[in-house]
Amino acid sequence: MTRNTFAAARPTRRDFLKEAGTVTAAALTIGFEWGGTMRRAFAGPVARFPDATFIPNAFLRIGSDDSVTVIAKHVEMGQGAYTGIATIVAEELDADWSRVRVESAPADAKRYANLVFGTLQGTGGSSAMANSWMQLREAGGKARAMLLAAAAKEWKVPASELTVEQGIVSHAAGKRQASFGALVRTAAALPVPDTVQLKDPKNFKLIGRHAPRVDAAAKSDGTAQFTLDVVLPGMLVALLKRPPLFGATVKSFDATAALAVPGVVKVVQVPRGVAVIAKGFWAARQGRDALHIEWDDSKAEKRSSAALMKEYRRLAEQPALPARKDGDAAQAIKDASRQVSASYEFPYLAHAPMEPLDAVVKLTPTSCEIWAGDQFQTVDQGNAARTAGLDPQQVSIHTLFAGGSFGRRANPGSDYIVEAVSIAKAYGADGTPIKLQWTREDDIHGGLYRPMYFHKLEAGLNAQGELIGWRHVIVGQSITVDTPFAAGFIKNGVDATSVEGAANIPYAIPNIKVDLSTTTTGVPVLWWRVVGSSHTTFAVEAFIDEVAHAAGQDGFAFRRKLLAHQPRMKAVLELAAEKAGWSSAPLPKGKGRGIAVAEAFKTYVAQVAEVSVGADGQVKVDRVVCAVDCGTPINPDIITAQMEGGIGFGLGAVLYGAITLKDGRIEQDNFNGYRVLRINEMPKVEVHIVPSAEPPTGVGEPGVAPLGPAVANAIFAATGKRIHVLPFANHGAA
Amino acid sequence: MTTTFQLNGKTTTLDADPNMPLLWAVREVAGLHGTKFGCGMALCGACTVHLDGKAIRSCVTPLSTVAGRQITTIEGLQSKRAKAVQAAWINLQVPQCGYCQSGQIMSATALLETNPAPTDADIDGAMSGNICRCATYSRIRAAIHAAADTIKA
Repeated sequence: MTRNTFAAARPTRRDFLKEAGTVTAAALTIGFEWGGTMRRAFAGPVARFPDATFIPNAFLRIGSDDSVTVIAKHVEMGQGAYTGIATIVAEELDADWSRVRVESAPADAKRYANLVFGTLQGTGGSSAMANSWMQLREAGGKARAMLLAAAAKEWKVPASELTVEQGIVSHAAGKRQASFGALVRTAAALPVPDTVQLKDPKNFKLIGRHAPRVDAAAKSDGTAQFTLDVVLPGMLVALLKRPPLFGATVKSFDATAALAVPGVVKVVQVPRGVAVIAKGFWAARQGRDALHIEWDDSKAEKRSSAALMKEYRRLAEQPALPARKDGDAAQAIKDASRQVSASYEFPYLAHAPMEPLDAVVKLTPTSCEIWAGDQFQTVDQGNAARTAGLDPQQVSIHTLFAGGSFGRRANPGSDYIVEAVSIAKAYGADGTPIKLQWTREDDIHGGLYRPMYFHKLEAGLNAQGELIGWRHVIVGQSITVDTPFAAGFIKNGVDATSVEGAANIPYAIPNIKVDLSTTTTGVPVLWWRVVGSSHTTFAVEAFIDEVAHAAGQDGFAFRRKLLAHQPRMKAVLELAAEKAGWSSAPLPKGKGRGIAVAEAFKTYVAQVAEVSVGADGQVKVDRVVCAVDCGTPINPDIITAQMEGGIGFGLGAVLYGAITLKDGRIEQDNFNGYRVLRINEMPKVEVHIVPSAEPPTGVGEPGVAPLGPAVANAIFAATGKRIHVLPFANHGAA
Repeated sequence: MTTTFQLNGKTTTLDADPNMPLLWAVREVAGLHGTKFGCGMALCGACTVHLDGKAIRSCVTPLSTVAGRQITTIEGLQSKRAKAVQAAWINLQVPQCGYCQSGQIMSATALLETNPAPTDADIDGAMSGNICRCATYSRIRAAIHAAADTIKA
């Protein structure tokens, strides 16, 4: 194989200690116990996976060459997890940032669980920094303490007289200095301290400052290694022909023409379709095009998305399950001096990461080795094992850079991993490495979309223009039902991910009722960047704007008054408004300004969008001012980049994003039908980070949430038109 | 069947189907992996390389059509302007997932080779064929301006 640095065997702490007595010992590996109990959101599936508590973990390796290698338990899919993880460790270690590199952890939930998920190794829910924060500070701090103890022992001075700066331990009085590498042997033989004094945040040198991304250079010269780039000796490439309708299966197939394509090696049937295995992508592609398959559509989803939405609208008038009930919203609205109502329709959305899904699998009767931009190691390990007929311990995963994901590579069924394993199994499980490559069309047609949703809202204002009643009905599919995550998320029939951002509406309203009607379709769905808030925030923030307008009040002032008991949310709202120069005075003709605020994954974001609407109705978003409170800002430049990226991602979705079905068939194929944002449509973005000493939260997703409604509210300010059906392009607005 | 062309300044003969898109010939036959597959239809720009100095989409360019011509991939960038672009990409911390960035850099370099001081409209014109799902667009724009400033200096 080429350039795949992740394949090298890494010493475990035990291996290292075995070696420690010999002169060949060259690295200090710090293991320690983590007793944290941060299980919250992903509490459900715990019983199905091994418990991580009190089992030592390894996050750091320091070489005698002064190299500091941080082991990342999280995938780097763009959001800066590698750099953030390394920053936390290097801070407490007082390492030289220029010597810090990051290596991906193996799949091992015992050592590398995401502490927010419980006992699962995986990345998502904007949790990489939040769950790593104390764990990695301790990892760095304990290593630093051991290096100090080693220097103290060698120099026979008290450790309290030593200082550390940029990877150098110094004893000022004795005029002695040693780099970390020189202390490795001595440090390795010392016990790991039980506790360690962490830094006072006022002494942070990297956290809150500028630590350049560890992956920027490799991603600017073409050397960064993605799954697409994995080459192993004798490796073959597989493309899979999947059914054109969700739920259809192979009735029969004829591989004669496919096998006649030069380079095609084998054609195999697997549960998800028929795979063509060849000596390269081009042969596999031609072979797949030449396949003749007859599908059994008898159990397939054959409805159109328009018909589904019609049904959702009907369901919104039927009884649904309660997600929130304060007071008597129906009565309050009935008795109000003024009633306001609106509904919002959201389409299915594809994640469409730039790197189409891919995975390399090397399967033998006793082992399964996987290379992937893997976002869900423990789940993928389990699903791969079940598919291969192995134990999870026999499945190893090399996690590579992922060319984007936005949630797609973390799915409970491990679709692309299971496909690759099933193909390797059908091929013969003889150790031949096989790379499963999806095309863009496979990706757009491939399901696991952000679900389609219908939202119906009603509000009541009293004579003083105060909001006294709020009624919100949400209709759509659950993303966790029938998955191992259902038990953790679905309570009394309500999937928390369907109503987050709505059931916990932040505004002080005396009477609130939020109901959910969960639908079932044959279209597979999944979390998509910012999950439930990708639709709930739009509905809440567009509607509150309509209510403010009905009350004759300024959108910012109306929200602000209702956020008196939400200090962090109120603060970002005020900061965004201030920096944007918010005023209720109208902008010149054809221009408009809109505001929206959201909390997602404990991060608070407010955005002010400024738009121009041409005579032809074309919308151009000129500027977005964003305020974010994500607790302690670990890396301000990455926080800024994630807000910029979230805004661009969210804007593409509300302008153009829609996956539609016609008689069960997906109507989009590639980036022509499924449009995303391009550079000429990117607004000027200004990001303001709220200073905070609170524990850090995440930034990968929350920036997406308020963008859509901020823009929709700005379009209203410019045109007097409200948008109730997404995407905006449906209205000729984009 | 073989096709001979200049790949990153070296005479290269590849034995492959002449209809094979240049993208796969470069990646799987020549073994250069910096050029990426994103859409296969010239819609996203991840596969951008230079053909005789001009940015093209290698995913829709049959190998046979480059016979006798000069192909430059991200691995072969050497000009002062290309180096300025790559340095600006790092200085301004452009990449997020990084997958599209080879293509972005190839398009940006081709732009600066012919237009050393592009306006925002010039950048829109040259770069709107390159999709970045991480939406690093603000930084791409700033990095192209920064590279232009370096070239001028």
